[in-house]
Amino acid sequence: MKYLHLILSALFRRKTRTIFTLLSVLAAFLLFGLLDSVRSAFASAGHDIAGVDRLVTVSKISFTLSLPKSLLERIGSTPGVAAVSYANWFGGIYQDPKNFFANEAVAANFLDLYPEWQLSAAEREAFRNTRTGAVVGERLAEKYHWKLGDKIPLQATIFPQKGGSNTWTLDLVGIFHESDPKQRDQEDVLFFNWDYFDEARAFGTGNVGWYVSRVTDRTQAGRVAAAIDALSLNSDHETKTQTEQAFQASFVSQFGDIGMIVGSIMGAVFFTLILLTGNTMAQAVRERIPELAVLKTIGFSNRAVLLLVLTESVLLIVLGGAVGLVLAGIAVSALTAQLGGSLPLLPVGVAIWLRGLAFMVMIGLAVGSLPARRGMRLRIVDALAGR
Amino acid sequence: MNALVEVSHVSKVYERGKEKIEVLHHLDLQIPQGDFVALMGPSGSGKTTLLNLIGGLDSPTDGSISVGGERIDRLSESALARWRAAHVGFVFQFYNLLPVLSAWRNVELPLLLTRLSGAQRRRNAEIALELVGLRDRSSHKPGELSGGQQQRVAIARAIVSDPTLLVCDEPTGDLDRQAAAEVLSLLQRLNRDHGKTVIMVTHDPKAAEFASHTLHLDKGTLVEHVETPPA
Repeated sequence: MKYLHLILSALFRRKTRTIFTLLSVLAAFLLFGLLDSVRSAFASAGHDIAGVDRLVTVSKISFTLSLPKSLLERIGSTPGVAAVSYANWFGGIYQDPKNFFANEAVAANFLDLYPEWQLSAAEREAFRNTRTGAVVGERLAEKYHWKLGDKIPLQATIFPQKGGSNTWTLDLVGIFHESDPKQRDQEDVLFFNWDYFDEARAFGTGNVGWYVSRVTDRTQAGRVAAAIDALSLNSDHETKTQTEQAFQASFVSQFGDIGMIVGSIMGAVFFTLILLTGNTMAQAVRERIPELAVLKTIGFSNRAVLLLVLTESVLLIVLGGAVGLVLAGIAVSALTAQLGGSLPLLPVGVAIWLRGLAFMVMIGLAVGSLPARRGMRLRIVDALAGR
Repeated sequence: MNALVEVSHVSKVYERGKEKIEVLHHLDLQIPQGDFVALMGPSGSGKTTLLNLIGGLDSPTDGSISVGGERIDRLSESALARWRAAHVGFVFQFYNLLPVLSAWRNVELPLLLTRLSGAQRRRNAEIALELVGLRDRSSHKPGELSGGQQQRVAIARAIVSDPTLLVCDEPTGDLDRQAAAEVLSLLQRLNRDHGKTVIMVTHDPKAAEFASHTLHLDKGTLVEHVETPPA
């Protein structure tokens, strides 16, 4: 700490240059914070889901392909299956395409498989008994100021009605609440009655998007999944059954290798940053060679000079990087509030900060190593003589 | 009087490409503790090289150098750095202050290598600045001081850790006559009143008159030893 004023005064010796360098570091780590938030959101998809005792059954070829509804009874009678339900992606738009939220047609008992979604008995009953009934999560209802009894018109993007209309008007009969505060993004969804959907849609009647089963013993989930898949083996609708966590993970992998994409972008950004700040540090140390020689003259060891320059370099990156990550945190909060769940983002938390700090230190050391080595190895008499 | 500095058969050879240049040639010299010695001679005579060797900034090609009984030519680089910090104060022609630090922060620099607390370092730096008559300028940066004042700050930095030896390379070379006289009087006071041994390289015979002895070098050897008559 007693060297801090020495390091800071060297760092801000040329204020304009340092400020521009700090801005470039800030921009790089702002980008890192945002991209790592997206990457973390994809990487952790499904990991926090409560229902480890739920299995999801989709088409083995692609989860976008439908399965026959006739499988329902057979899955339900598979040993180890306590309950089974089904659903279909609807993909409707509310008022404007930018108002994205998930909306699905689900069977009447679908919500029974998700005890973490808290819905009153009266609303649950209303959902069963209302043909055009819909249930939404609390966060989604708050976002669009919906209340019970409201009519919600959804514009179909996949499923027009038999009469040719694309407008599906739903009656809001229930608002559910996710019991885990950390999982409130689960509330950004609308469910509506399967029967209405299946009867009114222009095509695909009798097919379902996926099945959800609850197993009696979670330790037997693998065996039960294999038994379910065996039901349609060698048929034209072979299935793939996996835990809900695994399903979520494989779902997000459809977007591509987010980790690799983010890693490639950040690699390019950090490489550019190293070149840029490396040049700045080299120039800053070159200008101060006589001063470093004076420090060595009065007794600073080679190691002390090396550490001074390296600390200066790391401090430069940490100062800019920390501000960048703080701004990334603010930006992620603002984006999440603005866009809801349509853009997968995790808060810039401890894990992202730790990764960011590790990168800052590594980049700082990489940037400072050559100038620090030069400072360490300078010969006092040559440096003082300007050679 | 005991010799503080003993230089025995010292040679120094520099290599410039394929050419070897002998700057000092089998030089012998003894400087008693508490002496004020001026080193004079033409350019290239080896004055600064000798000063650098005595100050532990460079090592001889041949021969030995002892300061205060310690063979500094045998010390490793890190040990030599510690030795310099403890025993030698340096004053340069162009002051060599750190322009981004205030006067007292410049003076404090050698104390950063000690175990003194921040408050003790500040107090010692202020005392050193008081000694050179610049306490009221302690918060000024070098760019806000005159040349003579900067050199006095450099002297304060040289004495703040209470070294036995002050090595001064052309300390008045960049100063006008009045500022030079002030700096030389200060060095003389440090020698007489505080017992510092001072070795000063100079081209200026007037400056050499402030020393008690003047040694003349030419082509790497001592050619004359003149004792300055008391003023």
